[in-house]
Amino acid sequence: MQYEQKRETAIPFWRDERILRVLGQVVFVALVVFVATLIYQNMKAGLARQGISLSYAFLKNLSGFDIAETAFPYSRNSAYWQAFLIGLLNTLLVSVVGIIFSTILGVILGVARLSTNFIINRLASFYLEIIRNLSLLVFLIFWYLGVFLKLPRVKEATPWLGDIILTNRGVGIPWGIPTASFPTFRLILFLGLLFALVVFFALREYGKRTGRAPLTLVWSFLAFLLVALIGWFVLPERPIVADLAFVKGLNLSGGKILSPEFMALTSGLVLYTAAFIGEVVRAGIQSVSKGQIEASRALGLNSFQTLRLVVFPQALRVIIPPLTSQYLNLVKNSSLAIAVGYPDVFYVSNTIQNQTGRAVEMISLVMFTYLVLSLATSALMNWYNQRIKLAER
Amino acid sequence: MRKLYMSLSVFVLLALALAACGGAAPAGGNTVTVKETVVVTVEVPAASAVVAPSGYGETLKAVQARGHLVCGANAQVPGFGYVDSNGNYAGIDVDYCRALAAAVFGDATKVEFRPVTAAERFTALQSGEIDVLSRNTTWSLVRDTELGGNFTATTFYDGQGMMVPVASGMTTLKDLEGGTVCVQTGTTTELNLADVMAAEGVSYTPAVFEDADATFAAYSEGRCDAVTTDKSGLISRRSVLADPAAHIIMDVTMSKEPLGPMVRHGDDQWFDIAQWTVFTLFAGEEFGLTSANVDSKRDSATAPEIRRMLGLEGDLGLKLGLSNDFAYNIIKQVGNYAEIYDRNLGPNTPTYIPRGFNKQYTDGGLLFAPPFR
Repeated sequence: MQYEQKRETAIPFWRDERILRVLGQVVFVALVVFVATLIYQNMKAGLARQGISLSYAFLKNLSGFDIAETAFPYSRNSAYWQAFLIGLLNTLLVSVVGIIFSTILGVILGVARLSTNFIINRLASFYLEIIRNLSLLVFLIFWYLGVFLKLPRVKEATPWLGDIILTNRGVGIPWGIPTASFPTFRLILFLGLLFALVVFFALREYGKRTGRAPLTLVWSFLAFLLVALIGWFVLPERPIVADLAFVKGLNLSGGKILSPEFMALTSGLVLYTAAFIGEVVRAGIQSVSKGQIEASRALGLNSFQTLRLVVFPQALRVIIPPLTSQYLNLVKNSSLAIAVGYPDVFYVSNTIQNQTGRAVEMISLVMFTYLVLSLATSALMNWYNQRIKLAER
Repeated sequence: MRKLYMSLSVFVLLALALAACGGAAPAGGNTVTVKETVVVTVEVPAASAVVAPSGYGETLKAVQARGHLVCGANAQVPGFGYVDSNGNYAGIDVDYCRALAAAVFGDATKVEFRPVTAAERFTALQSGEIDVLSRNTTWSLVRDTELGGNFTATTFYDGQGMMVPVASGMTTLKDLEGGTVCVQTGTTTELNLADVMAAEGVSYTPAVFEDADATFAAYSEGRCDAVTTDKSGLISRRSVLADPAAHIIMDVTMSKEPLGPMVRHGDDQWFDIAQWTVFTLFAGEEFGLTSANVDSKRDSATAPEIRRMLGLEGDLGLKLGLSNDFAYNIIKQVGNYAEIYDRNLGPNTPTYIPRGFNKQYTDGGLLFAPPFR
């Protein structure tokens, strides 16, 4: 015993695990700081030699160029930061639209892949295998040059599928114009939302108390729809009137015009990401062991209930982490917009960089923007993941 | 045996520590992440700081040490800078670089062409990736100052134009009301378009693309009602459209576009060399020196200015830091301005552009070489 203790204290520090552990960390951090400083100094020296100083003040200057798709009024008299903001909003638009549609399509694909119907099953796997093995850039350019620019020219455009106009200047879809009673209607919608929340919490309480699981979301949605429909018909004037797209002069007018660039980018991103999400969903569903399904059937749940109450909640835990990385991929891949001429944040920054020569500033700004976007997306998904995670004891 | 175990555990520990650091960085260590951002940002200037000396005389030294000139060129505009069917670079901007190589090395082939896009060209020049930018670039104040370059001389006087399909029947900018115009990003063209349309009060939608190929592909697919760039660019691109006769260039000039080669700030000697290479081309035409006759003219030259230029008298070449016969090498190997022009933009080429302003001052043009003395 005595001998053992003595040996313990006699270990020199370079063999002491505890010290080495700390030392390893310290050395690594020091190394990172050193390299970063070195590179930063090098950059500053290099820029100083070229007579360039780092400053973001130029963002207040007049931009002088026009942008095609703007979320708020913008002209050549606007400032660079406003141009940047427009790019950012466009990136957000593409990301949100892309995430929503790729999730819907992805879930359908994932379920179809597991279908017992031979044709559906084969079609889904055929799609997944083809799309997943394409280069996204090639895919986007195909959608732009091969599909959306090959649509009929404006003069030959004919309404299709109701009131959608497909031309190579853009896709015109019907859109609503708010009328005088719209503010009241908005209030009614808000009340409907409150009502839906009440229904939601009441049903959840009911479910907890009785041990039954009602279709909480469906009923809440129906409650909201009910209020909205009542509001729609009670108001003396329709709150929204349909506005159809039509050909006017050289371009489309009215309705909502989706540019070929936007359409190519979102459809490319959605179809591409959906293929990956499909595989994620399939893996998630397959991760639920067969015994769970058999047990739930033994308990008397029907197949829909089995899916909703047993398979899906467990599959979701497996699905969410890889799904998060697919969402991040979609957001970052949206910078390929530059290949099809859609003014996203990277594209607009490139233009600003080129008109001002402020390469370091603009690239750092773009990188910071994507970092924030990605971290925000992943924070949101992590929060959701925490919530649905199995409470381990 | 115990020793082996100990060293192994130390190794594993270190690996674990590294892994822990690596894993922690993206999640918690915000500062570390930001540092990583900086790392990538500085890549271009940091790398260039080593290879791109920019003080007086340093560019020439660096070019001579390297053994060839690196020229930022265009690969997409026939007549100015493009890759021909044999895979060779051709065009007047390209031939300028050959002339510069002839001046520096006495060998017009010692030049490496590096295709740069409109958007990346100034960064490439600033960072020292290229020695000279000869890529139908418009001379403007911002580019002369903030973008860190110096224009040497105008090699082509141009103006911005607008091309539309003949079938559209449009003849003025006003006809484009409500239309879409294809334009290339990061160009003065893009800014001029916004300026002119605002001044004319025409509302339009720009469709902006990253390079000339994409711009004209979109135009020929009918994505836009019109396409705009320098008139020379329109003429040269029209020649490679499916049906050149179906497109017409409007009779409007939207801006002045003096195009010419550009060098980096900070090295006046290199600036002088690049500038006097242009003037040698001009003077060659003025004095009637061509690649075919320069040998016999040199033997029989009596006019003092021609003798000085060709290095028979004085030491003009040495003053530039070059060999005394630099002008002879340029004319002999590349030709004078008229030869270059006719080769690339002359009546026998598909990209024929009348010389217009690009004539000698003696013929009513704007080409004017300062005296060689």
